[in-house]
Amino acid sequence: MRLLPAGILLVLLLASLLVGSALAQGETPRLPTDDDVNAVAKQLYCPVCENIPLDVCGTQACAQWRDLIREKLSQGWTEAQIKQYFVDQYGDRVLATPPAEGLNWLVYIVPPVAILAGAYLLYRAFKIWRQPEKSPVGAAEAAPPADEYIRRLEEELTKR
Amino acid sequence: MDVAESTENEVPQVALERSRPRWGRILVWVALLGLLTLLALGLRRTQQGPVTIGSKVPDFSLTTFDGGLIHLSDLEGKVVVLNFWASWCKPCEQEAADLEEAWRFYQPGGEVVFLGVDYVDTEPNALAYLEKFDITYPNGPDLRTRISQAFRISGVPETYIIDRTGVLRSVKISPFLSVAEIKAAIEPLLAE
Repeated sequence: MRLLPAGILLVLLLASLLVGSALAQGETPRLPTDDDVNAVAKQLYCPVCENIPLDVCGTQACAQWRDLIREKLSQGWTEAQIKQYFVDQYGDRVLATPPAEGLNWLVYIVPPVAILAGAYLLYRAFKIWRQPEKSPVGAAEAAPPADEYIRRLEEELTKR
Repeated sequence: MDVAESTENEVPQVALERSRPRWGRILVWVALLGLLTLLALGLRRTQQGPVTIGSKVPDFSLTTFDGGLIHLSDLEGKVVVLNFWASWCKPCEQEAADLEEAWRFYQPGGEVVFLGVDYVDTEPNALAYLEKFDITYPNGPDLRTRISQAFRISGVPETYIIDRTGVLRSVKISPFLSVAEIKAAIEPLLAE
């Protein structure tokens, strides 16, 4: 009678250990692939090699940054956390797209406003270019030309 | 009457129509001037510096890898050797041992301070570099690249020698080739 509860206890203990180890295996973070690393890296630029995205930059400095991204991803950091870490360490200029704050908003506002203003100016220009087509007839009706030769020429033209 | 009324109504309307584009133009010009002012300010800010020889070095703070905080202004009265480096920089390795040797030479006197600014580097690699070359003088990352931007460094290694009054006295834009060369840059300032 005493052995039975002890046996059950042992079985339960083993079962809990097995379940625990299975859960622990399930929680192990997946090792980040190169694609995972590059997905973050392509949004960053190393200040040493300007204008080359981090995912395709071949310098040792960039390779170290990619290693750091891999390390952070394997620790379970999110993309946003990693980007913020790089901003804190190296400044906003490492970001491919500047954050929409402070004077940076000009980057997002000025181009569309300039395009709209350009479209409006084109519209105005086309409108003005069309107007002179009407004016010669109106002008001829309103005031006869001073030159006798032109007056007679226009008379002949209107007859035809 | 109708004609007179319509004429009276037309006059303010025409005036209104004329005033509209005028206000529009004023707004456009104000916006344009505002934008140009912002651009000029931004340009002025980017054109500031570099710190030239003979000019006072602006104050900066360096957070060291071991958590300390060093302000340049606190080092007045001492000669400061400010070295920019990175673990990925091969030429930096050439001078690393010489800088450390020079530091150990001057450290007991307490008149010279060496500061290492780690430029665009990752901390694990930077710490491995410091350990590899057994560097003991204070070193820290150039957070948000503020210090390197203030000096407008063109790369690494670069070393700036600042005198006791906080004035930049010499710049070395390449690795030091010997301890003697480092001493030659420091000694005249100690004699002053």
